[in-house]
Amino acid sequence: MSELASAKSARSAVELDGVDKRFGDVQALSGIELTLDDGEFVSLIGPSGCGKSTLLRVVADLEQPTAGTVQVGGKPARQARLDQDYGIAFQQSGLLEWRTVAENVELPLHVHGVGKAERRARAAELLELVGLADFAGSRPAQLSGGMQQRVAIARALAPQPKLLLMDEPFGALDEMTRERMQAELLRIARESGAAVLFVTHSIPEAVVLSDRVVVMTPRPGRITEIVDGRRPGRDAAELEPDDVEDVRETAAFFAAVTAVREALRKGHQ
Amino acid sequence: MGGRTRSVVTTVSAFALLVLLWELVKLVVPDDGVVVGGVRILPRTDDASMPHVWTVIAKLGQPEVAGAADVRTVGAAVAQSALYTLGLALGGLVLGGVLGVVLALVMLRFRLAERAMLPYIVASQTVPLIAIAPLVAGWGGKIAIMGWAWQPWASVMVIASYLAFFPIAVGALRGLAGPNRASVELFTSLAAGWWTTLRRLRLPAAVPAIIPAVRLAAAAAVVGAIVAEISTGTRGGIGRLIIEYAQTATGDPSQLYAAILGAAVLGLVAAALVSLLDRALWRYRGAVG
Repeated sequence: MSELASAKSARSAVELDGVDKRFGDVQALSGIELTLDDGEFVSLIGPSGCGKSTLLRVVADLEQPTAGTVQVGGKPARQARLDQDYGIAFQQSGLLEWRTVAENVELPLHVHGVGKAERRARAAELLELVGLADFAGSRPAQLSGGMQQRVAIARALAPQPKLLLMDEPFGALDEMTRERMQAELLRIARESGAAVLFVTHSIPEAVVLSDRVVVMTPRPGRITEIVDGRRPGRDAAELEPDDVEDVRETAAFFAAVTAVREALRKGHQ
Repeated sequence: MGGRTRSVVTTVSAFALLVLLWELVKLVVPDDGVVVGGVRILPRTDDASMPHVWTVIAKLGQPEVAGAADVRTVGAAVAQSALYTLGLALGGLVLGGVLGVVLALVMLRFRLAERAMLPYIVASQTVPLIAIAPLVAGWGGKIAIMGWAWQPWASVMVIASYLAFFPIAVGALRGLAGPNRASVELFTSLAAGWWTTLRRLRLPAAVPAIIPAVRLAAAAAVVGAIVAEISTGTRGGIGRLIIEYAQTATGDPSQLYAAILGAAVLGLVAAALVSLLDRALWRYRGAVG
């Protein structure tokens, strides 16, 4: 084993090398090469069937690649899953109805046998982070869709992962809630310091959130282009929701949206 | 609590309505029933066929054998045997519940087992209880478990469980397989094993499907216990009492009706016990993730 190689991969949150995935006759992913740095926010965008969700699921070790290697935080994907090195959130919040909001956030810790006092403290801290401290004792059914999704994000963050995987987490929300959630997510990602791999089919959403937007095309699913997102002030101490609103009106934002749109169109030809 | 009061009121008024209807039929329909063209389309309503409700109630306070003051009252006899049968039915319910859940778990774990077993589980319920009751009693007479000789009441319990396990197996299988793919994958992503997923996701999510199954199973266990007592000739229970009273019923049917009333109350008590279980598990009754 070359120490140099492992030292290099330890620096990246995700490293995909020559990843293929085949379902029977369908080539879902072909020759995927992608690296996420620590703390980096990367979106996957593309039409239905381009394999963006499959790619995320391969990173999560919910699917096995047919070829290639997947490293998460310098470990094989399977080991990373067993060590709970990532947190995941899906389009459906998937909260357990019989647990309170706090107990849902505690779930990952509960499954791994963390003591009650520690779980309580961590859940309180996370609910504070997502702005739901007052709802700790509520049932998921009492919350709105946007609030449920924030609980799901808090749950994903419970094991203090270095990586957050999100599969269209705001897909079922209305536009207003969605934009507010995007601002929230940026703040949460910065405060937790986690890298984010984010699947979406909304171009503005990808641009406003990401350091880099990965454009994918179907049949076979592959990466056609990587566009720099126009997310300002990564290093700024605070990013208020209002700032995100401002970003949506900058020329840089429109330029990036256009670039992504053209990359998608090119892929369709 | 408002819902609870309402359900008690509903139950009581339904009973009152039944009593009223009974007495109304006695009042309106002639003693000899209604015969049209040689066919009796409404039953006889004379006191020997349909005793007054108050006659049946009064009967509960009278001694079992007319004129003998030192024997127990009909009411005591009915209560005692109903309690005995309730014990056997509950034992059958527990036995059937364990068997049903274990079968559901095996079918859940091994898809092949589901395909292999489910048809036989369904078929098991088409065998008439009357046919298997003597068989179970016959086998039971030949075995002794670790020095413990088989008792007739154990046969009754086994037969009750034979009816009770079916709804629980089917309901539990549906409930355990209920959680959607996203929930199951969440647990996979948490590196939760099969048992952890079962305990923290599948079992809690199955409660809304299992409670109605237990309710059905409890009713089936009561019917199973009563029929089993009759067909195996087991003493001490309400099934046997019904038979005994039926034989002396020709002159005075109120005693038989008292026993039937006891059997009905027994069913209600079993249903009420399931409601207690339901209340204890209120947390899990909501929608499934």
